[in-house]
Amino acid sequence: MRRIALLAILLASAANAQQPIFRWGGDAEGGAPFVEADPNDPSKLRGFDVEVAEQIAKGLGKRPEFVQVSFSDIDQSVQRGDFEIGMSGVEDTPPRRRMLAATIPYFEFHEVLTMRAEDRGKFSTLAALRGRRIGTLGGTIAYERVLAAEKSDGVICVSYDDDVHPYADLRAGRLDAVLLDNIIAVRSMRRVPGLWTEPNPVATGHYIGVLATGNTALRDRINEILRARMRDGTLESIYRKWGIWDRYQPAFFASVLNENAPKKPAETVAATKQIDIVLRYIPALLRASLITIVLSCAAMALAVFAGVFIASGRVYGNPLVRALLTIYVEVVRGTPVLLQLFVLYYGLSSVIRLPAFIAALLGLGLNYAAYESEIYRGALEAVPRGQLEAARTLGLTESQVLRLVRGPQAFRIALAPMTNDFVALLKDSSLVSVITVIELTKQTSIFAANIGSWVIPGILCAALYLVLSLPLSRLAGRLEDRWRAATE
Amino acid sequence: MSILSITNLRLRRGDREILRGVNASVAAGELVALMGLSGGGKTTVLRCVAALETFEDGAIDVGGVVLRPGPQPPRATIRELRTRVGMVFQLHYLFEHLSVLDNVTLAPTQVAHLPRAEAEQRALELLETLGVAHRRNALPRELSGGEAQRVAIARAMAMEPPLLLMDEPTASLDPARRGELGETLVQLTGAGRTLVVTTHDDDFARDFATRVVILAEGEVVEEGDPRQVLTNPQHEATKRLLQSARVR
Repeated sequence: MRRIALLAILLASAANAQQPIFRWGGDAEGGAPFVEADPNDPSKLRGFDVEVAEQIAKGLGKRPEFVQVSFSDIDQSVQRGDFEIGMSGVEDTPPRRRMLAATIPYFEFHEVLTMRAEDRGKFSTLAALRGRRIGTLGGTIAYERVLAAEKSDGVICVSYDDDVHPYADLRAGRLDAVLLDNIIAVRSMRRVPGLWTEPNPVATGHYIGVLATGNTALRDRINEILRARMRDGTLESIYRKWGIWDRYQPAFFASVLNENAPKKPAETVAATKQIDIVLRYIPALLRASLITIVLSCAAMALAVFAGVFIASGRVYGNPLVRALLTIYVEVVRGTPVLLQLFVLYYGLSSVIRLPAFIAALLGLGLNYAAYESEIYRGALEAVPRGQLEAARTLGLTESQVLRLVRGPQAFRIALAPMTNDFVALLKDSSLVSVITVIELTKQTSIFAANIGSWVIPGILCAALYLVLSLPLSRLAGRLEDRWRAATE
Repeated sequence: MSILSITNLRLRRGDREILRGVNASVAAGELVALMGLSGGGKTTVLRCVAALETFEDGAIDVGGVVLRPGPQPPRATIRELRTRVGMVFQLHYLFEHLSVLDNVTLAPTQVAHLPRAEAEQRALELLETLGVAHRRNALPRELSGGEAQRVAIARAMAMEPPLLLMDEPTASLDPARRGELGETLVQLTGAGRTLVVTTHDDDFARDFATRVVILAEGEVVEEGDPRQVLTNPQHEATKRLLQSARVR
């Protein structure tokens, strides 16, 4: 019996192996109804995008294989050939059409405003939200829409890396509204109680599949398959199964099937020359650099201040103080700073609701304090004992010895590693984008997503980081020279 | 009148008994040379008197301030002791981050709370006397061994301690410099200072010390007038010490 079962498995896998593979990329973190791990068997995927991909693969006579990729990297990843098509809630935008081979749209969605139930009816348009905070997913049509409203209607845009935390923050009172795709809003209202979604859409958009630039032949074959599945009702039944078939889809299907040319994409970003877009982003990049430098300086100041206390406590404190500080240092150094930021911002939000910038400052500052304290402790212990004894025999008290002899000498030892840490902190400050602070790297990736290329934004961003970090290294080098140079 | 009296001083570190009951007494105005082979405990005795080491038994009396066995003495005792005992280390231990002048003025301004101008004035006078005033702005690492030693003496003298301890001041000096140092130390005792100096150098002790104390294996084995003790040694340890000096 067992032998037969084994044989069957072997045969089945052999059959699978013979069938060519069709690789499609998406982000399973995006969750239902797009792509999510099957709760009954987490090794399997489910969602309407999964089923659409299966239909495409079937039409091509291939076996679908899923490639996990972060949502914001789908475009870059398909372009470099990690998979044939990217499709999990990928929006139809002009830069995408310009940079990649895009399929016909296969689903029409609407950007809708979600608010707390008690605000129902209060904010039916973006204009009604003047001076209020609106959360959305960075790099999307909704994000562009909110950004435009920042200028025209005076709302405040808060960008997230995922579509779950905006709704949690809305419930917690950190936001006044969330603008996102209607199917995300519907799902989130099931998950987070006490929310209400305005039925009139703010904007309309479409999901498409994206292929690498030169891959137009495959794109055209996929378009044929998609049209055929629209015609024969397969897509409708998939959408019905996932509860996303709504009154807009029949008209949308009809318009797609009637047009031979691809449907005109949603015009949220006016088609402008590349150079104009680049110039338009420069002020935003400079503003983001300012946030990076202010955040880094403040966090470093906190790290130095706290680090000095921790190091002094570990060198001079009683056993209990020493043990507590050692635990602090080991825990902070032994866990990822990303986790610490999440805990500070989201984990503690039921106890204390820190503003994002403060949480970022505390997270980076307290994390680096642990590293600084180790540098200072090492430096304090590196000051020769003879120096301390000489100071003691002159009648200096222990605190004077620390302040006038040991501290200044330790500082000179610590300066070089401290400078290294400051430069590292400057770069690590890019992590705080996970808690909605838009700094230089985040702004760059938004920029890149909008123009559909990393080349110019990447060069600009790198140049700005160098402009920020080089003077620091120079200053530290000069101080070291001054202390080392002969003054004869 | 004795300014320093050491009674039955015993000190051990782990299994090693470093001092096995040292007895010694120093009168005001003396220049005592504490001699002995390396490892005999000379430096340890100085460190005990400066309260840089704790000890197991005995007592040290510095002009009425008494150090006793056990853990760190009370703060008040230490404070009192510091006004009476100064120390010059073998390796000088000048504060690396401060100029010569700042090395000398640090304690007068921070401990004795003298106004800065006055402290500098007095520091310059001291440096002048010791012949290193022209190096006032140099950093310690820029000084020669002899210069660093004189700055270290000035730093200790700036607090005007009645008793000055010096660990191996002759070790890094050539014969001419040794003579200069000897003259300087004799001048200091002339000005009412008391000095206890450890040394290997019997010529130096003969020429400048008022008394010599020989330490061997943690005990005082012989003491007295330098010319007498070093010309006509009675104890084996003293003979060995003089022999090793000849070889060198």
